[in-house]
Amino acid sequence: MPPAPSPLVDLRNVSLAYGEGKDATLALGDATMSIAQGEFVAVVGPSGCGKSTLMKLVTGLIAPTSGEVWVRDARVTGPIKGVGMAFQNSTLMPWRTTRDNVMLPLEVVEPHKRRLRTDRAFYFDKAQKLLASVGLGEFGDKYPWQLSGGMQQRANVCRALIHEPQILMLDEPFGALDAFTREELWGIMQQLWLERRFTAVLVTHDLREAVFLADTVYVMSRRPGRIVKIRTVDLPRPRTLETTFTPAFVDIVHELRERIQLEHA
Amino acid sequence: MTARQERLARLLMPWLTLGVLLLAWELACIVFDVPEIIAPRPSRVFEVAVQRWDLLLRFCLETLWTTLIGFALAIGFGLLLGLAIGASPFIYAGLYPLLIAFNAIPKVAIVPILMIWVGIGALPAVITAFVISFFPIVVNVATGLATIEPEMRDLLRSLGASHWEILTKVGIPRAMPYLFASLKVAATLAFVGSVLSETVGGNRGIGFLMLSASARNDSATTFAGLFAIAIMGVGVYAVCALIERRMTRWAFRGELVR
Ligand SMILES: Nc1ncnc2c1ncn2[C@@H]1O[C@H](COP(=O)(O)OP(=O)(O)OP(=O)(O)O)[C@@H](O)[C@H]1O
Ligand SMILES: [Mg+2]
Repeated sequence: MPPAPSPLVDLRNVSLAYGEGKDATLALGDATMSIAQGEFVAVVGPSGCGKSTLMKLVTGLIAPTSGEVWVRDARVTGPIKGVGMAFQNSTLMPWRTTRDNVMLPLEVVEPHKRRLRTDRAFYFDKAQKLLASVGLGEFGDKYPWQLSGGMQQRANVCRALIHEPQILMLDEPFGALDAFTREELWGIMQQLWLERRFTAVLVTHDLREAVFLADTVYVMSRRPGRIVKIRTVDLPRPRTLETTFTPAFVDIVHELRERIQLEHA
Repeated sequence: MTARQERLARLLMPWLTLGVLLLAWELACIVFDVPEIIAPRPSRVFEVAVQRWDLLLRFCLETLWTTLIGFALAIGFGLLLGLAIGASPFIYAGLYPLLIAFNAIPKVAIVPILMIWVGIGALPAVITAFVISFFPIVVNVATGLATIEPEMRDLLRSLGASHWEILTKVGIPRAMPYLFASLKVAATLAFVGSVLSETVGGNRGIGFLMLSASARNDSATTFAGLFAIAIMGVGVYAVCALIERRMTRWAFRGELVR
């Protein structure tokens, strides 16, 4: 992955404290990272270290307490455009069917918003294909509360993808899935990325997942989170399940594990 | 008991309870020899209702209309105000205390004022029904809106949605179950409002009928009026409950749908 001349996302000494005065919790302390256009980044770190917070900072949902966030050479001051986000707790709307939930971004994001009415069938088909690709083909008409937790997560990921965003943010998207389904979805995710080359940030607790999918893995310290290690993963793509058993892959996973263990010492 | 029998039994229960209560009332009147002017026997009330059903119906319809118009106004206005209060902390801070204060005023007190302003007739009844029933709607809609999960708002913000889109895609659907819950309360309150106005002063509606009947010591007719109001109240309540079921199936996770 040749690094782009100027990074797509650039975090400069960003810190964030929730609350004010004495009640303030410093969630993120002095994070610096830059993500190139088309790069797949994974972020790992102990629970509560500010990974979800980092996601919200990058997309401009919250403003940093200090430091600067730059995206596409512009300082971020509010929610940025062209983002697909899968939040940690699936935020599917209970009053919409699963398919209507997945199609929500199309109702909001241009140019789809303009075309949705005339190209309804096309978009419907698109949503259906996407749902089918994660094994939810028959569940489009069901309501989210009629799905299992893992199925909701998969629908949540579909919703982040449908409008083909340039920046994809995934916050523990496969946390509630069994190992087999999860590995299947790694393959699907990688395939999508190879086709579309969006920029992706994946938060995960699964180191194998991070190494399988990412070009670069960032390791964060305990709260307040700082970036304590950056590991480039230069395994050839497409990576397969076989890859996960190769010594090179296992070595990287071990290296990351050792660094994270330090945080728990 | 099979599921079918259980459903049947549940359907019959309210009628059974009603029957037992009326029977007890009837018996008590006979046993204690209560004079009709104090408490007429239910059978006597029924008899009068049948005898004078055209008169009752006419006055009932008058009350029903004024109530429904007041109620409809309350829904429209309450929804708008509730959305405004729920969506903006400033409007909330500005209006909420005033609303509480206004709601604390006994509505009997405003009817005479209304009559000075708009005269007698249907209008004061409509207005009273409106002012008494819009408060629960406002409070509920505002609560529904204020308790939106921040994640849901964040999701729409991350897609670049405008305030208006956030309101229509999340706020309003989210407030619907709260709205319908309040409608059931507000519907019955609207009847209280319109009958109140008719009784305090007026020349129409069931409240007026009851007032003039009691002035003639015709307590059977007065009681018939009471029953009529109760029946209308239950009717409007049932319609609201039915619409609620249809519109907010998701909020009950399908539980209510059989
Ligand atoms: N809305 C909030 N208000 C106050 N404090 C918050 C809020 N959100 C997060 N925090 C605090 O910020 C810290 C970081 O939270 P964050 O959700 O970013 O952690 P995380 O790394 O995503 O953890 P996990 O792996 O468990 O999801 C936590 O200590 C948490 O207590
Ligand atoms: Mg998190």
